[in-house]
Amino acid sequence: MKKRSFAQRIAGAPYILWAALFIVIPMAIVVYYAFTDADGNFSFANIRQLADYKETFLISFEYSFIATIITLVISYPFAYLMSKKSAASQRIMMMLVMLPMWMNLLIRTYSWMNILERNGIINNLLGLFGAEPLKMIGTPGAVIFGMIYNYIPYMIIPIYNVMSKIDKSLLESAEDLGSNGLSKLRRVILPLSMPGVISGFTMVFVPSVSTFYISQKLGGGKVMLIGDAIERQMQTSYNYNLGASLSLVLMIVILISMIVVNRFAGDDDLLI
Amino acid sequence: MKKALGNVFIWIIYLILYAPLLVMVFFSFNEGRSTSVFSGFSLKWYAELFASRDTMTALQNTLVLAISSAVIATVLGTAAAMYMYYLRNKAWKATMKTVTNIPMMNPEIVTGVSMMLLFVFIGRMLGADNSLSFGTLLIAHVTFNLPYVILNVLPKLNQTDPHLAEAAQDLGSTPMQAFVKVVMPAVIPGVISGFLMSFTMSLDDFVISYYTTGSDFQTLPLKIFAMTKKTVKPDMYALSSLIFITVLILLLIINISQIRQEKKNASK
Amino acid sequence: MEKNTIIELKNITVEFDGEKVLDDMSLSIKDGEFVTFLGSSGCGKTTTLRLIAGFLEPDSGEVFFDGKNMRGVPPYKREVNTIFQRYALFPHYNVYENIAYGLRVRKVPEAQIREQVTEMLRLVNLQGFEKRNVTKLSGGQQQRVAIARALILKPKILLLDEPLAALDLKLRKDMQNELKNIQKQTGITFIFVTHDQEEALSMSDTVVVMNAGKIQQIGSPIDIYNEPENAFVADFIGESNILDGIMKADYNACFAGHCFPCLDKGFAPGEEVDIVVRPEDVDIVKAGEGMLRGTVTSVTFLGVHFEIIVDIGGFKWMIQTTDEHKEGEDVGLVIEPDAIHVMKKSEYSGQYGDYSSYSDEIDTLNVIEEEEE
Repeated sequence: MKKRSFAQRIAGAPYILWAALFIVIPMAIVVYYAFTDADGNFSFANIRQLADYKETFLISFEYSFIATIITLVISYPFAYLMSKKSAASQRIMMMLVMLPMWMNLLIRTYSWMNILERNGIINNLLGLFGAEPLKMIGTPGAVIFGMIYNYIPYMIIPIYNVMSKIDKSLLESAEDLGSNGLSKLRRVILPLSMPGVISGFTMVFVPSVSTFYISQKLGGGKVMLIGDAIERQMQTSYNYNLGASLSLVLMIVILISMIVVNRFAGDDDLLI
Repeated sequence: MKKALGNVFIWIIYLILYAPLLVMVFFSFNEGRSTSVFSGFSLKWYAELFASRDTMTALQNTLVLAISSAVIATVLGTAAAMYMYYLRNKAWKATMKTVTNIPMMNPEIVTGVSMMLLFVFIGRMLGADNSLSFGTLLIAHVTFNLPYVILNVLPKLNQTDPHLAEAAQDLGSTPMQAFVKVVMPAVIPGVISGFLMSFTMSLDDFVISYYTTGSDFQTLPLKIFAMTKKTVKPDMYALSSLIFITVLILLLIINISQIRQEKKNASK
Repeated sequence: MEKNTIIELKNITVEFDGEKVLDDMSLSIKDGEFVTFLGSSGCGKTTTLRLIAGFLEPDSGEVFFDGKNMRGVPPYKREVNTIFQRYALFPHYNVYENIAYGLRVRKVPEAQIREQVTEMLRLVNLQGFEKRNVTKLSGGQQQRVAIARALILKPKILLLDEPLAALDLKLRKDMQNELKNIQKQTGITFIFVTHDQEEALSMSDTVVVMNAGKIQQIGSPIDIYNEPENAFVADFIGESNILDGIMKADYNACFAGHCFPCLDKGFAPGEEVDIVVRPEDVDIVKAGEGMLRGTVTSVTFLGVHFEIIVDIGGFKWMIQTTDEHKEGEDVGLVIEPDAIHVMKKSEYSGQYGDYSSYSDEIDTLNVIEEEEE
């Protein structure tokens, strides 16, 4: 039995205090604000007002779900192809996937706006050929594209990590037992790469569903997501109580969907 | 044929991934004010950038915040990882891990909002008009950096032979010496990567900063956000290009030194 | 010359979570001895080692080192060094730096360090390995580094916690000889912990058999094998046929429906006892010519000898012999007086049956034991 020294016992104290003050209590404060009015009296008004945001919630979940699925469909073959390259190429390809993430999301998104907008780069190019300008900014498609673009590395990386660790001898034994390419993929690679898919799914879905900048820039102000609604309450209308109740619902819905996804994967051990 | 198709697919993805970055670098050299119509090559936006005190202050703020929050998070997080590693009470350990995960699982906007509400709440209790400042921003950054440090250090501890510290004591080291000479070197790679991750997360953070900073302290991402509310001039692109090139060079150095190290190990 | 007692344990009790790991244990170890703690996982042997090293303080009882009470003395102030189960070499140091560690902590001059490390490398046969990365060494080489690292401090006692468990059989045999030689050369007291009885018997001057936090027997390997004190020891060390018996009188023991002349005395007439007969001490003769009569139920060829199971009135005897017999054959058994060992009844009486089924003892022996913590 390890008898812990005094130093080992107190090493955690600052963190415990920190986590209590700045992780746990803020969650409680969100609940507090969600159930009080501006004067601090108990009230269900904010919760009732959520009904006005039904559409916003539905759209947010719809768009981010579509974005996540498309991301998965692109990332999976990408990660698979990557895992079959030489070790040196894999390293370079991985770096190239991560590199854009080092550029600020705002700038990347703004840059896309430049490319896609009415007087933007694509339409300018099209104009050279005399084609009619396309309307891209302000469409749901542009918002979904923005989500895919910004978060695709979060899908590729975990899937690739899992795939690259699949024991080569497993694939050989699958061939040995008569699996051809497709059934090898279906029976061996797919099930073994599921953990990567699951974590990629949550890592793309969560930031997508709560984004506000992407929808503001690429949605041209016409698409409002939950993130936008929260931002407006917190930074423009200063209705903290409504902002808190929106945040609370967002948090709860994400928590539930993550539990569902993890159950679906038969793995109830979240992260660490 | 199949292989060629695969390569085409890969190249298309990379093209899309890098398209906005190329646009950004390209238009940072634009003579005109537009970020979508190129009217001639010029370095004037770079010159303007360095002349702008506002931008330089924001850059300095960003670095100060990133370094201080990463240092605090690394110290607190490393100590916390040590504590969690030696914890024997399973329920308490699980609770600690869950709480540690909260800032990573929660959407950034919820973390930002929850901390903002905390600061506003406390500010109201204390009767202050403006409760947000550099202090609250720093607290917020340390909070979202902590899990990254813990998640980098804890696995390193788990991989370490639990008898190392005992062996050092057995050979005459005091517990403190054993910790410094034997346990620390084993976890130091995790501490360093935790620090670097914290540093970059903090450097890049916009959402949480947006909710927790005061009006007197602006970081680069906040400044970029404010500017993109209006029309962005190519100077923002020039700044981003510079940051991007710096990061690129850093990554190249890290990667090359890693490859060298691996070759050295392999040749042993 | 009478050797001094170097370690003395007095009435040691250690409890983990309310469970007694060591139960009122007392023991003294003489200077320069090779002592082995033998027992299966969880018997308290590693705990005893950690008490001596100072990683653990007893809940009650005292540890004396050279007559001095060790309570409160931390590990780094004890003249005792340990070889850990998986060696615990410092991965960020090379071989030289690992061995030099203890001297560096003591701020020994560099020239002296170099001289002593070189000497140690010679002792453990690792000349030329100074600059090697310890994580790249084979198990046997790591073991040698661990030994050199501990011995360079010239400890009074070297504690070895299952140091050979991770090695393969051939290497284990070599290291056994090497350890024994190093112990003879240096004259340092070795306290060795193992669950491998063969290892214990072949290496030690004194074997301490432990079970459930208690010492079952202390003695030379020969005593332990020939004169086990109770059924546990008899069963744990080697193969044995353990039977219920009655001492009719001194030098006369009755079991398996027959009374035999034996060499044991000092029991009350009619006292119930446990009888041990080792498989190699039983002679098989023609049916009717022996003292007992039974049927061969199984014959296994093991190279040097046959292992034969003979059923006598439902009790399966194990007999080792170089003569071949057939299954189903009727045979007689002869047991000489010196083959019979009589033990007092103990808590272990009746726990160990006959050989009607093979125990899984063999399988568990080769499994590396997890730490008993």
